[in-house]
Amino acid sequence: MLVQILFWAFAAVLVGSALGVILTRNPVHSALSLVLCFVTSAAIWLLIEAEFLAVVLVLVYVGAVMVLFLFVVMMLDINTEELRSGFTRYAWLGWLTAGVVIAEIVGVVMARSLGVDVTKGAEPLPADYSNTTELGAALFTQYAYPFELAAVLLLVAIVAAIALTMRKRPGHKVQDVAKQVAVRPQDRIRIVKMDPEKGA
Amino acid sequence: MITLGHLLALSAVLFAIAVAGVFLNRKNVILLLMCVELLLLAANFNFVAFSRYLGDISGQVFVFFVLTVAAAESAIGLAILVVLFRERRSINVEDLNTLKG
Amino acid sequence: MNPNVLLAIPLLPLIAAIIAGVFGRQVGRAGAHTVTIAGVAISCALSLYVLKQIYFDGAPTFDAPVYTWLVSDGINIQVGFLVDRLTALMMVVVTFVSLCVHVYTIGYMHDDPGYQRFFSYISLFTFSMLMLVMSNNFMQLFFGWEAVGVVSYLLIGFWYTRPSAIFANMKAFIVNRVGDFGFIVGIAAIVYFTNSLDYKEAFAAAPQLVSQNIVLSHTTSVAALTVICVGLFIGAMGKSAQVPLHVWLPDSMEGPTPISALIHAATMVTAGIFMVARMSPLFEHSETALTFVLVIGATTAFFMGLLGVVNNDIKRVVAYSTLSQLGYMTVALGVSAYSAAIFHLMTHAFFKALLFLAAGSVIIGMHHEQDMRKMGGLAKYMPITAITCWIGALALVGTPFLSGFYSKDVIIEAVGESHRAAATYAYWCVLLGVFVTSLYTFRMLFMTFHGPERFRHAHGHGHAEEQGTAGDPGPGGALAHAPAFATAGAHGHGSAHTSAHAAEVSHAPAHAVHSSGGHGAGAHAHEEHDRSAPHESPAVVTVPLIALAIPSLLIGGLTVSSVVFGDFFGDAIFVLERNDVLGELAHEFHGAIGFALHGFLSLPFWLALAGAATAWLFFLKKPSLANTTARTFGWLRTILVNKYFFDWINENIVAGATRLLGRSLWRGGDAAIIDGAMVNGTAAAMGRLGSLLRHVQSGYLYSYAFWMIIGLAVLLGWFLWR
Repeated sequence: MLVQILFWAFAAVLVGSALGVILTRNPVHSALSLVLCFVTSAAIWLLIEAEFLAVVLVLVYVGAVMVLFLFVVMMLDINTEELRSGFTRYAWLGWLTAGVVIAEIVGVVMARSLGVDVTKGAEPLPADYSNTTELGAALFTQYAYPFELAAVLLLVAIVAAIALTMRKRPGHKVQDVAKQVAVRPQDRIRIVKMDPEKGA
Repeated sequence: MITLGHLLALSAVLFAIAVAGVFLNRKNVILLLMCVELLLLAANFNFVAFSRYLGDISGQVFVFFVLTVAAAESAIGLAILVVLFRERRSINVEDLNTLKG
Repeated sequence: MNPNVLLAIPLLPLIAAIIAGVFGRQVGRAGAHTVTIAGVAISCALSLYVLKQIYFDGAPTFDAPVYTWLVSDGINIQVGFLVDRLTALMMVVVTFVSLCVHVYTIGYMHDDPGYQRFFSYISLFTFSMLMLVMSNNFMQLFFGWEAVGVVSYLLIGFWYTRPSAIFANMKAFIVNRVGDFGFIVGIAAIVYFTNSLDYKEAFAAAPQLVSQNIVLSHTTSVAALTVICVGLFIGAMGKSAQVPLHVWLPDSMEGPTPISALIHAATMVTAGIFMVARMSPLFEHSETALTFVLVIGATTAFFMGLLGVVNNDIKRVVAYSTLSQLGYMTVALGVSAYSAAIFHLMTHAFFKALLFLAAGSVIIGMHHEQDMRKMGGLAKYMPITAITCWIGALALVGTPFLSGFYSKDVIIEAVGESHRAAATYAYWCVLLGVFVTSLYTFRMLFMTFHGPERFRHAHGHGHAEEQGTAGDPGPGGALAHAPAFATAGAHGHGSAHTSAHAAEVSHAPAHAVHSSGGHGAGAHAHEEHDRSAPHESPAVVTVPLIALAIPSLLIGGLTVSSVVFGDFFGDAIFVLERNDVLGELAHEFHGAIGFALHGFLSLPFWLALAGAATAWLFFLKKPSLANTTARTFGWLRTILVNKYFFDWINENIVAGATRLLGRSLWRGGDAAIIDGAMVNGTAAAMGRLGSLLRHVQSGYLYSYAFWMIIGLAVLLGWFLWR
């Protein structure tokens, strides 16, 4: 019963904060709403006993990705008024599409029933069950290769992000060795022939 | 008792809100990226729910990978955004139409 | 029969033509004529040998393919020979006339810079003609048909520096093309209905083809055989110069005279006649087609003969005579007297070649002057030419005992016997044709060989008179304008002469036929001599004349009983019982001599005599009478001088309409529809579509995102409710 009350509470907060993400004027507020979204989601995942992912969600998303978002939003001097202009122009289309999507998802779940009974609760897990152990076992045995690939992907993302954003600042004083080696005398010395100066 | 139906409905609502967000905040790239994060979250919800209710841990492994990819995606997306802002002094999508036909 | 012998007959002239044509420079003049004459002579000898085998030794008909080129969809396209009695006869005629012409050419073309080229062409022609006659299938027939057309084109335009020659060869080519269209339709119809190109199968299928119909519309349909036969005959009309496709033949006299003799009198123009005779198993079953043939032939026979009466160019007179005689042959075909047509073809080949070569001899003697008004009294200077020409002319008009008499009288009798629809019309045409033939033939003889010697007078007399008194052979006042040629001095036959001609031609552009005009201008090296005295031609010219005069005299009487009334052709020619007019005539035929004696009493003989007398009266005795008559019947003269306005109609109406059609198709069909709408239109439509679609590519990130999401929703919907 308590679980159900908690679920409804978190679900309400989740939907509210999701609406906040898309509706607030200020991008900083949006980002903070998104943080709230992730936190409540993590809470709901805890309720359905997916503890490891809940923790990862909070750590990775709230701790890293959303901080990055906030950082960028604050760093850039964004004219929010201009970006908000025409806010409602395609709103009807947005809500319509959203409605259609919901209807379709409901349709999928209801009509096809997916071979499962959606009105049932989950099987209770044994007392010595560890979500982290299970996940780790799967990840490092069956999914070891994709796991490595994911690591490489992250590395690439890091390299790409740095390569994209790093820039040469003007007025940076560094030596260019290649240029120094390639220099020729005539670039540096100019021999000027002059008439001897007549004495006064 | 939380049923599978509850979670799927919640995920659908979340997904629909994110879709609506894409339409509403069409000019702001940062918000578009955030909406994409919301979409992924909704998808992850389904993965976790099915994984739990069908008793198959693979769903959660998938969520793990989705999180990885999403993190990489936001890192690169934000990097591009920063570069873009440096060039244009703006992140307005309407200024970015040099690829038009 | 040995197929190698048969192969050698057409191939020897071909090899000779290649040697003379490609290696002309290496073999030289003597080499060129030696090799071509040797080729044709051997081929002639072999033809005679084949004729002997077939006719005397009773060798069976040879009908077999010698080389299969390709087989497509069950249709064999091959080279094959059908050598029966008809073919053997044609082979002998073709090679013999060709041989005479080859020899004659040595003299006639003596000074021409294109000597080797000329020999190459005439040998090539012999090859083509032999392929045509010896063929056993329609494809090879068509090959030969077109090949002789091409060589004819090359030869008419042999003196290619002359605009009139180029005009004439284009004209011949285009008019023949019109005929060939019909020919192709005929062949295509045969392939369509019999699925074969072989004569054998087409002939075997002929009776069934009568009942098969080609539906033209809901109400009208034609028998397939009629379409085939009329189509083939239209081809024959082009090649054999029947009205209204005859217009090219008189103009083709632009070519050198040996060509006129070889191609445009004796052999090529008879290809149509031969072809119809060869196709007799087809034509026999189509009454409609035969009636068509009859009407066309009769019209040609009479009306083309009339044109010969008003023409002054000696070669053109002979050319119109050829047209008229081809008309006779066609008439004979039209009444199913195929063997009579071939018989006339054979005798005509000899005496007409003779007449042409004699005319050529006169032209040489007159230093390439072709206008009969500037001749006269030549008999004294050129006795051999005059005698042989008289023999040819007498044969042509149908003097009893001479070859032309037998063939022509048989045709007239056959038409008289015939019960075909247009037979009465044809009968009158051929009867009156006899009178006309006699009239123009004797006019030509009298104006050329007898009467006052007009050639002493000027060359460049005022042509203004020409329109009024073209028929006037007398030394009219206008003739004395310019200085006599004797005083013009002994100038060479080179450029000075040409310029004199040019001046003359500018007087009367309509009268542009003068051999000397572009005849190797400047390259001539005639020894200087007094132009006023024509001279007899050298032996290479006179020997062929004599060689042709002998068969012109004798061949008719010797062969009439077997060729026409006997079964000379055996099964080569097929005649239905009800059409067999010659069979009827055979009952009354009692030997060649009896036939000739009977000829003295028959109507054609008296008509011919009347024609001769008229010619004598008008052109020799009292030339002034001719002028009076000409003035009285001015309108008739106008029609005749303008050749029934055929050229005018062709150039202005037919060609004009064709050009208009062509231009509208070009503008409308090609430029507007194909180029404009289809080629450029496709590109423009793509461009326009692109410029519409490019608005979809807005470049805005969100629009792509929108479309992706909407697409996702649609896809999901389709997945759900499909």
